[in-house]
Amino acid sequence: MNAVLELDTVTRIHGSGATEVTALRAVSFTAYAGELVAVMGPSGSGKSTLLTLAGGLDSPTSGAVRVEGTDLAALGQKGRAAMRRTSIGYVFQDFNLIPALTAVENVALPRELDGAGARSARKVAQAALDEVGIGELARRFPDEMSGGQQQRVAIARAIVGERRLILADEPTGALDSETGEDILRLIRARCDAGAAGVLVTHEARHAAWADRVVFLRDGVIVDESGNDRPDALLESAR
Amino acid sequence: MSVRNALLALLEQGPRYGYQLRAEFEDRTGGTWPLNVGQVYTTLARLERDGFVEVRGEDGDGHVVYTVTSRGREEVAAWFSSPVARTQPPREELAIKLALAVSVPGVDVGTVIQQQRSATMAALQDYTRLKRRATGDDPHELAWGLVLDSLVFNAEAEIRWLDHCEARLRRVAQDRDDGGPSSVEPGSSVEPFETPRPSAPQEPLAETMNEGGAR
Ligand SMILES: Nc1ncnc2c1ncn2[C@@H]1O[C@H](COP(=O)(O)OP(=O)(O)O)[C@@H](O)[C@H]1O
Ligand SMILES: [Mg+2]
Repeated sequence: MNAVLELDTVTRIHGSGATEVTALRAVSFTAYAGELVAVMGPSGSGKSTLLTLAGGLDSPTSGAVRVEGTDLAALGQKGRAAMRRTSIGYVFQDFNLIPALTAVENVALPRELDGAGARSARKVAQAALDEVGIGELARRFPDEMSGGQQQRVAIARAIVGERRLILADEPTGALDSETGEDILRLIRARCDAGAAGVLVTHEARHAAWADRVVFLRDGVIVDESGNDRPDALLESAR
Repeated sequence: MSVRNALLALLEQGPRYGYQLRAEFEDRTGGTWPLNVGQVYTTLARLERDGFVEVRGEDGDGHVVYTVTSRGREEVAAWFSSPVARTQPPREELAIKLALAVSVPGVDVGTVIQQQRSATMAALQDYTRLKRRATGDDPHELAWGLVLDSLVFNAEAEIRWLDHCEARLRRVAQDRDDGGPSSVEPGSSVEPFETPRPSAPQEPLAETMNEGGAR
């Protein structure tokens, strides 16, 4: 299997002295192509920290984060930004769309920033909107759409242009359960098509869409559940 | 009892013999509760004794064919129009196990909780995989889909309850620490419960949080 995301003994300490908080402690974690991994844990256990490190939005205090074999630290600020525009898709709980841009413009923006022509960027963006089932809403502004529709736009933005790594932090948090399920179906479909996905959620029902569920406590992975784990397969073969 | 009522409801749709009833029951519930044919025939015999069904004769292949009586129809109607009795609280064994885990000395409650959570999560993943496949909307697929949803909701409720138990136990353990910085090894799933704390007061709960260190 192809490792898309690797966290190698990653520690992240916020602040220093009396206010020092260790958000992640020597965490090693891999997400493979075609796999959706869910991360569960109580509030403050380090889920968002793990995801922002994976997405190159934050840097580890020690240890390495590799995306498709490339160490994010070695890329530098600019390189990481480019990586985020082309290889890594990020979905946030609050959608994070730009209010002044239409749906298709929001989805096209990363590619345009990356130097693609406006026409070709729009074309690819429209295809992504079609894929998430809201092609006909392309010209709407975020405030003209429901929460579920806005999250679909955010997903389109995260998968546009065949991104290989999809990171989602509580993407269903603000949605009702039916709509949340639709969102998971979309992320799942992208992973089935070959991307690696990491989904942070506190809802067991949503985590159950993943191939593996990783449990975080106080910045440490304490357990994993999933039927496709190699060691579980070995045990059942005995 | 539910199998009895389910068979009666199936018979209301027309005469059937035992194997047919079993197949239809399993089809609608996705084989979640397998029936053996002996169980089906004993149930039919009891329904016949009580006057809810009668034998209509044999079909060409020698199967004994049953049909519902008017009393049987009333019974089905009464079943659908009344709630299922909540005789036993669900998850009884797990609740009992945890109740004992927190009150019997020397049990690592954190591990009991995490093991169960992991196992229930694996089951939830299985149900979800099945659900992803069952997307048709003909009535039988729909029936099976709803049975799956029931399993999903139950597993989810169990995990939420386990999370709640863990959070409560942690809070109790933290209060014991007077809210001071934790001196225990962070990150272990069982950290507040299993760390020996020789100075902890000999109260029932504190005692159960130790691995016997207080005694
Ligand atoms: N920028 C920051 N500065 C200081 N502490 C932080 C910062 N971000 C997160 N933390 C702390 O790190 C820990 C993990 O936070 P986070 O990763 O957001 O957890 P989760 O997403 O699981 O709720 C928490 O104790 C949090 O308070
Ligand atoms: Mg968070």
